[in-house]
Amino acid sequence: MTIFKSFTVKAAGLTALLTALHVAVGVLPHPAHAQASDASSAAFASPRHFGQKDGAALYQAICQGCHMPDAKGATGAGTYPALAGNPNLEAAGYPVAMVVHGQKAMPPIGEFLDDDQVAAVVNYVRTHFGNHYTDTVTAADVKAAR
Amino acid sequence: MGFRDMKRRDLLSLIGTVAGSAVMYQAATSLGLAAETTYKGPIKLDGDAKGASILILGAGVAGLVAAIELRKAGYKVQVLEYREKAGGRSWSLRGGDTYTELGGFKQTVGFDKGLYINPGPWRIPYHHRAVLDYCHRYGVALEPFNQVNYNAYLHSAKAYGGKPQRFREIQADYHGHVAELLAKLTHQNALDGTVTKEDQEKLLESLRGWGGLDKNYAYAASLESSNVRGYEKAPGGGMNGAPVPSTPASLRDVMQGGLWRFLGMGLRDEFQSTIFQPVGGMDQFPTALAREVKDLIRFNTKVTEIHQDDHGVTVTYTDTVKGGAAQTAKADWCLCTIPLSVLSQIKLNVGPKMASAISAVPYEAAAKVGLQFKRRFWEQDEAIYGGISFTDLPIAMIGYPNSGYGSPGKGVLLGTYVFGAYAMEYTAMPPEERIKRALAYGAQIHPQYTKEFDTGVAVGWHRVPWTLGCHASWTEETRAAHYQDLCQVDGRIALAGEHASYITGWQEGAVLSSLDAITRLHQRVVTA
Repeated sequence: MTIFKSFTVKAAGLTALLTALHVAVGVLPHPAHAQASDASSAAFASPRHFGQKDGAALYQAICQGCHMPDAKGATGAGTYPALAGNPNLEAAGYPVAMVVHGQKAMPPIGEFLDDDQVAAVVNYVRTHFGNHYTDTVTAADVKAAR
Repeated sequence: MGFRDMKRRDLLSLIGTVAGSAVMYQAATSLGLAAETTYKGPIKLDGDAKGASILILGAGVAGLVAAIELRKAGYKVQVLEYREKAGGRSWSLRGGDTYTELGGFKQTVGFDKGLYINPGPWRIPYHHRAVLDYCHRYGVALEPFNQVNYNAYLHSAKAYGGKPQRFREIQADYHGHVAELLAKLTHQNALDGTVTKEDQEKLLESLRGWGGLDKNYAYAASLESSNVRGYEKAPGGGMNGAPVPSTPASLRDVMQGGLWRFLGMGLRDEFQSTIFQPVGGMDQFPTALAREVKDLIRFNTKVTEIHQDDHGVTVTYTDTVKGGAAQTAKADWCLCTIPLSVLSQIKLNVGPKMASAISAVPYEAAAKVGLQFKRRFWEQDEAIYGGISFTDLPIAMIGYPNSGYGSPGKGVLLGTYVFGAYAMEYTAMPPEERIKRALAYGAQIHPQYTKEFDTGVAVGWHRVPWTLGCHASWTEETRAAHYQDLCQVDGRIALAGEHASYITGWQEGAVLSSLDAITRLHQRVVTA
């Protein structure tokens, strides 16, 4: 469980950046949504299970709610850590465990996703947003972590 | 805030509608849902506080109640609040307000004067006696919140051709068929040996009235059934005043349609009449409390560390508006009402048990969307005055305003209130996209949406900057492992809030938790 301890605030100084990102209602959708792949058709598939299959679509349907479309996280009274360039993603088991079981402000998402979906979104995050981890998480890895 | 645990509630809904409310109440009690309040009237903190000081972290409902009562008991009280105003999650959004969620997504609420939504709590049941007592004591005007509206809709895209059905008709048809079946079994002597003949007579009599059965104990098109489910042509006056009965749906259609799933909610203890709402928005409640202690609250104050030692508690904070170097506040004691989603990230030297408890509780995802329309078509066209329509679409429900009936101007609906996976998806969208979705789904129930929409506002609770989630989500396992450790005073620090209660997601939980925590802290001070 020691890997959990270092997963805290790494987003100091983001406030100014985020202030620049203000989007008023009625203006254009956020760019990250314009490029949603299967997100639109698979959205709201079921109250119990996400319908998206590929990593990008899953990220856009779930993760960016807190970690934001650019994966740079956000800070209010507490902080959602940046996933962009996050060294905690190096050990693949860490993000798998976080997605499945949650921790602190991160709710468990595992009950809403099958093993393939967890693997897809973890692989997506570990290979995007400035992360370049080439080892791949498999559904079997996820199953073992449940 | 409504739904604590969708699965548990769905289960209860099923038990409630299928087995009847007595069985459901029993089930609810065993699951810890239906217990009577422990509120014993205004708190009495007897004994000398000896000039002790206390820091209260958070000016939500739990913190405000504590501030009022501890000052009365003789404490020197200071309250630190992250937001620019009091109330925490007990909050209303009205015309002219701006709301900036995490990620910098900013919304300006375009509602007309007097119109609002409550993104957080919106109901106060009659048995939430602590909240009601504080409302009465501090002059919060209340009005009825209609939970069950017989003329609102139940809807499924997969039933009745996707056409919304009136709550009244679905409930009448469900009850009517159940009554007819039970009457048949009684007449076939299937209850002999289980129910005495004398009781069977009474049962048959009650089934006729309850189910709207005709004189042959049939649930069919008749004045008796129409007296419950409504008429094809209602009784009127004059030459054409004679009523025409409506035709009930078949048992098969009722069962397969599945809308009976929505009938159970209003039967549950939490949602039984009478339910109240503060006149003018839920924030009128914390606003009234805050008026009593406004001189004690420091706003725009972000807590970064809580440190206790033998002498007292030191809280480090920054000013979120003025900035500058970290500052400290000191007191003998600390009542911390910061949500666990935030507190779990703050440096805090409590023992390992409380520390584990603080990190063990995730927060529910929830989303609400408020929609303003150019006219109150639900009243004008459909005779729906307040209450809630339910659907299996991702908006889950449409809440109609429980005030301003018949107003000629614009009106605001709650166009989405949803938890779980759907709430996460809503939260991950920019606010304008959430509003578009709410409109597209809601138009399947009210086609007027398309023409009458004016403006909207949308809240995804994991992006609310001061809470990072909707409310604490306990399981039986985490309760067993951590709840007592969370509530126990640790040195000079006690925690309070809805998370430290068995009424999570309700203001009553926050108030009861706060009163319990300050009672135990006060005992320490008095006996020290």
